[in-house]
Amino acid sequence: MGGRRRNRWFARVGWRHLVAVLAVLFSLFPIVFVLSAALNPLGTLSTSELVPTGGVSLGNFSGLFERTAFERWFLNSLLIAGVASFASVFLSALAAYAFSRMRFRGRRVGLLSLLLIQMFPQFLAIVAIYLIFGTITDLWPSIGFNTPWGLLLLYLGGALGVNTWLMKGFFDTLPRELDESATMDGASHAQVFFRIMLPLVAPILAVAGLLAFIGTINEFLMANVFLTSSDSKTLAVGMYGLLQGNERNNNFGIFAAGTLLTAIPTVLVFQLLQRYIVSGLTAGAVKG
Amino acid sequence: MSTPLSGPGSATQAPGRGPVGSRPPRSRDHAPITVTGLAGKVLLLGLTAGIALWAAFPLVDGEQWAGLALLAATTAGLFYLYLTRRHIPAKYLVPGTLFLIAFQVLPVLYMASTAFTNFGDGHRGSKDEAIVAIQTSSVTQVPGSAQYALSIATTGDPATAPLVFLVTDPATGAVSAGDAGGLRRLDAADVTVTAGGRVTAADGYTVLNVGQASARSREVTDLVVPTAGGALRSSGLSRAYEGKAVRAYDSGCDCVRDAATGRTWTADEEVGAFVAADGERLAQGWKINVGLRNFTRVLTDGNISGPFLGALIWNFAFAIGSTGGTFLLGMLIALVLHSPRMRGTNIYRVLLVLPYAMPSFAMLLAWRDMFNADFGLINNLFGLHVDWFGQPWTARFAVILIQLWLGYPYMFLVATGALQAIPRELTEATSVDGASPWQSFRAVTLPLLLIALSPLLISSFAFNFNNFNAIYLTTEGAPFPADNPTNGATDLLITYTYRLAFGGQGAQFGFAAAISLFIFAIVAVVSAVSFRRTRKQEEVYS
Repeated sequence: MGGRRRNRWFARVGWRHLVAVLAVLFSLFPIVFVLSAALNPLGTLSTSELVPTGGVSLGNFSGLFERTAFERWFLNSLLIAGVASFASVFLSALAAYAFSRMRFRGRRVGLLSLLLIQMFPQFLAIVAIYLIFGTITDLWPSIGFNTPWGLLLLYLGGALGVNTWLMKGFFDTLPRELDESATMDGASHAQVFFRIMLPLVAPILAVAGLLAFIGTINEFLMANVFLTSSDSKTLAVGMYGLLQGNERNNNFGIFAAGTLLTAIPTVLVFQLLQRYIVSGLTAGAVKG
Repeated sequence: MSTPLSGPGSATQAPGRGPVGSRPPRSRDHAPITVTGLAGKVLLLGLTAGIALWAAFPLVDGEQWAGLALLAATTAGLFYLYLTRRHIPAKYLVPGTLFLIAFQVLPVLYMASTAFTNFGDGHRGSKDEAIVAIQTSSVTQVPGSAQYALSIATTGDPATAPLVFLVTDPATGAVSAGDAGGLRRLDAADVTVTAGGRVTAADGYTVLNVGQASARSREVTDLVVPTAGGALRSSGLSRAYEGKAVRAYDSGCDCVRDAATGRTWTADEEVGAFVAADGERLAQGWKINVGLRNFTRVLTDGNISGPFLGALIWNFAFAIGSTGGTFLLGMLIALVLHSPRMRGTNIYRVLLVLPYAMPSFAMLLAWRDMFNADFGLINNLFGLHVDWFGQPWTARFAVILIQLWLGYPYMFLVATGALQAIPRELTEATSVDGASPWQSFRAVTLPLLLIALSPLLISSFAFNFNNFNAIYLTTEGAPFPADNPTNGATDLLITYTYRLAFGGQGAQFGFAAAISLFIFAIVAVVSAVSFRRTRKQEEVYS
């Protein structure tokens, strides 16, 4: 009797738990590996294991701060990703408002060209960007190579394509009566945008901002071409350098420690916003 | 598309603020000017003017009049736009569009024009620059040539700024500063010279100490300062000699002649280089237009077209495999968790999604080392001795598996959201009608999911088609065939292009740009076709 009930339980729910646990194992084992490498006092790739057995120490973390410019990279990454995601979300919210609420000549063309441009990754033109910024570095060294500001400007070039469509879809779901009645009451278009629309779309702003943040933190190619001096590197460029050449085996422990520290801000924000992310991504998916 | 998905947009409408104030209705054109609005406008326009002014000075210094005109026109346009009450949509579109044009559209156009040249290492500048470079690099010391006392200096950071030679003429004692542009006399009052003739300090220059100078000894050796009779080169860090150029350009025959050996290299405008009778080329050439040669080279040069086609096929397989695999796995797990009887879904979700929140660049590098043949985790864990990145198919399998790990949480999240939005009544109705779970999934759930997710799948495909990080941070394109070190078994077109442009074998910007245009065309066609198939045109225009 009990056996049959257990079988029925397994047929209805139990197997779902089994699949979920397997999936969780698949998700977690590389992370556990990195965690154990970070805590492993020997700190090399050849001594790392899935579960730390050789004792636990924080030596890799202190090594990371003593031997590399990690905190510098970390701040650079936070600065660039923070400002870039904020600015790009703001720029695309502006554009999405215009596309959603206003009718003007060139609107169709504008929307379609955004869709098209979005498909062309900016870094395919990396050769041209490299040459253009060579000139910019000569003229304005403070926004040229090896500066966070130049890289920031570069990232903002792709600001419109990424999020405008997603946000326009969201603006479209807000009833027009809201802003029309405000306009009737004498609000200007700027007041409508800043005081009525923006608070209402805050969830999608948060999601788009987080996605842009993750994307910028992980951007490697342009940052690698752009930033060569140790002080200006981002996490992606700096930590890539840790595992270059002969140091690859020796530095694995401090690299793993750096990986964990890098994940902290993202994981925190991610868990905070997870509720929005599920629905925000779906809304984006539907509205394209 | 009218799937009744309710995003947070509809859920969060309630707390919206009511209409501002309750003044009598006014027409749209005469909204009042508020203090905050005015202050904001003044602040932003002031900032714009400040930035424009700051940007103008270097342009004036460099006598870049076209750039200055463009800057002035843009600034004037911005002022006009934000001071007038008309063109309201433009007020919202221009800021993003400016960045788009400057850092995305212009580079693409510039790159497209580069694709028709032979631009790259050895073909960077004009013919005149190439001639100067050839002559100065052939400078050798002749017996009895003058020896100068040398100090190495810069005008900026001792570690990175361009080098300058400070030399003292042994005959006259005059001090000059020289760089690749030539020698320039310095005022004797501005410099401090030792008895031996070495310069120890000079106004406007930072003299490097021995340690700093020897750290850059390669650059010191490479620096050639053209002079009237030949050129200055360093011998060691404290002496320089004036030598004669062995190779000289003769405009009569449009050729370069080597005085020592008598060989001549004739200018060939077809290839942008000086070519000897036996076909030997001088390394230093110049930039020319090559028309469609870069494009036809991809198709006709057997050394390139074969590997290129292979990379193209693998590129498609990789993009389809990564997108399809992550979608299938993500959807499967979302379906498994999507049951009213399931408990603990929140915990599962938090744990499942962790890979998505980890920094992907670092996890790619960690995965690379997990596949390490000697002490990687995968081989250790399963007791294998596989050289994962050493064989084409295991390497391909490995990068797809890594992509699966990185990408499926995203698809899982999205599929979860889409599943929650499908009304339960629909699937319940099918089961009342006697359909099996599989049938109702096939007939109801999957089509609705696909409608909701297909735009995402397309953009995911487009992203993975050019997923530079996925390859560059793991295999770097390896393994490479023995006869072709430029195009490996896991190379995507984008990593191949990157190696052409920035790889160690000499930059080929023109050719790399041509390949980029190929990629553009492929991605655009694929995306356009799929968009046509998956969405009604009205959707796009809505």
